[in-house]
Amino acid sequence: MTYSSAEIWLIIAVLGVGTFLIRFSFLGLIGDRPMHPFVLRLLRFTPVAVLPGMVAPLVLWPAATQGQPDLTRILAALVTVAVGLWTRNVLWAIAGGVATLYAGLAITAL
Amino acid sequence: MTTSTVKKTARSVYWAGVRDGLPFLIMAAPFALLFGVVAMDAGLSVGQAMGFSVLVIAGASQFAAIQMITENAGIAFVLLAALAVNLRMAMYSASLVPYLGNAPLWQRAAVSYLNFDQTYITSVSRYESRPEMTVAERVAYFFGVATPITPTWIGMTLVGIMAGTAIPEAWALDFIMPIMFLAMVAPMMKSLAHIAAAAASVIVALALIGLPSGTGLLIAAGVAMLTGAIVETWTEGRTK
Repeated sequence: MTYSSAEIWLIIAVLGVGTFLIRFSFLGLIGDRPMHPFVLRLLRFTPVAVLPGMVAPLVLWPAATQGQPDLTRILAALVTVAVGLWTRNVLWAIAGGVATLYAGLAITAL
Repeated sequence: MTTSTVKKTARSVYWAGVRDGLPFLIMAAPFALLFGVVAMDAGLSVGQAMGFSVLVIAGASQFAAIQMITENAGIAFVLLAALAVNLRMAMYSASLVPYLGNAPLWQRAAVSYLNFDQTYITSVSRYESRPEMTVAERVAYFFGVATPITPTWIGMTLVGIMAGTAIPEAWALDFIMPIMFLAMVAPMMKSLAHIAAAAASVIVALALIGLPSGTGLLIAAGVAMLTGAIVETWTEGRTK
């Protein structure tokens, strides 16, 4: 690392302010002004539009295996989704995924 | 309703949020710990590492920034990479407007500071399933979810700084986060439109994996939201 202490603090300050402004953007500025129905419809899909795309590369090409696809991790992801769809319960889905992950890791470590 | 009953329901909604936030500690605690360790490895001071967790309070972008710092990228590149990772939160911010737009400005500012993946998704799925919630209850719930997670994030960063030793790879902590996010999103698949949106998100994100951090995901999210909205409009038209 070649940065001075002041430069690191500059990075932290700009990131802190910038991240807050990103989070505050719409909620702070639009407030209670009415939004177009199609915009509202788009926004309702935000969680299911962001998270699957964020997770997919981590499932297929995990950094922990140097980007090589890993059967245990893929199975753990599939079990998590299956249990989540079936039970509609976040905790059961986590339990299913974590159990599969550690069972798979234990078996491959043998 | 009298003022005291309003206060009472807001309080019980707050505690419901606390309860729903607790499971995320299994994810937040090891990641904050890991951040403390990584920040020390990169040569940051204790104050600087804590500054990240308190002021930025966005895990993925904090790791991205440290990664770029260890690579000695220019300051502008460090900032761009880390902020790009956080741009999805502009979408979170917009999607909270219909639920929290009427709340006082200071509450919206506080919610914004605490608006990260876990608090956002937990709160929005509650708002969706209970449309009768008042704005005050929604805000109380959001603060409730953030209550266990935020101090844990900050406190465990300090533990990581002090411990300073890497977590054994056998724990496979890298994969706890994907499992948590998948577990949150699977129960939200309520219609063909939701499944279409999720599928579009995965396909476009994987196709654009070569783009700089965060930008591929942003495009994927945009395409997925549009896909969901169009499929929903189409299925509504068919059932009419």
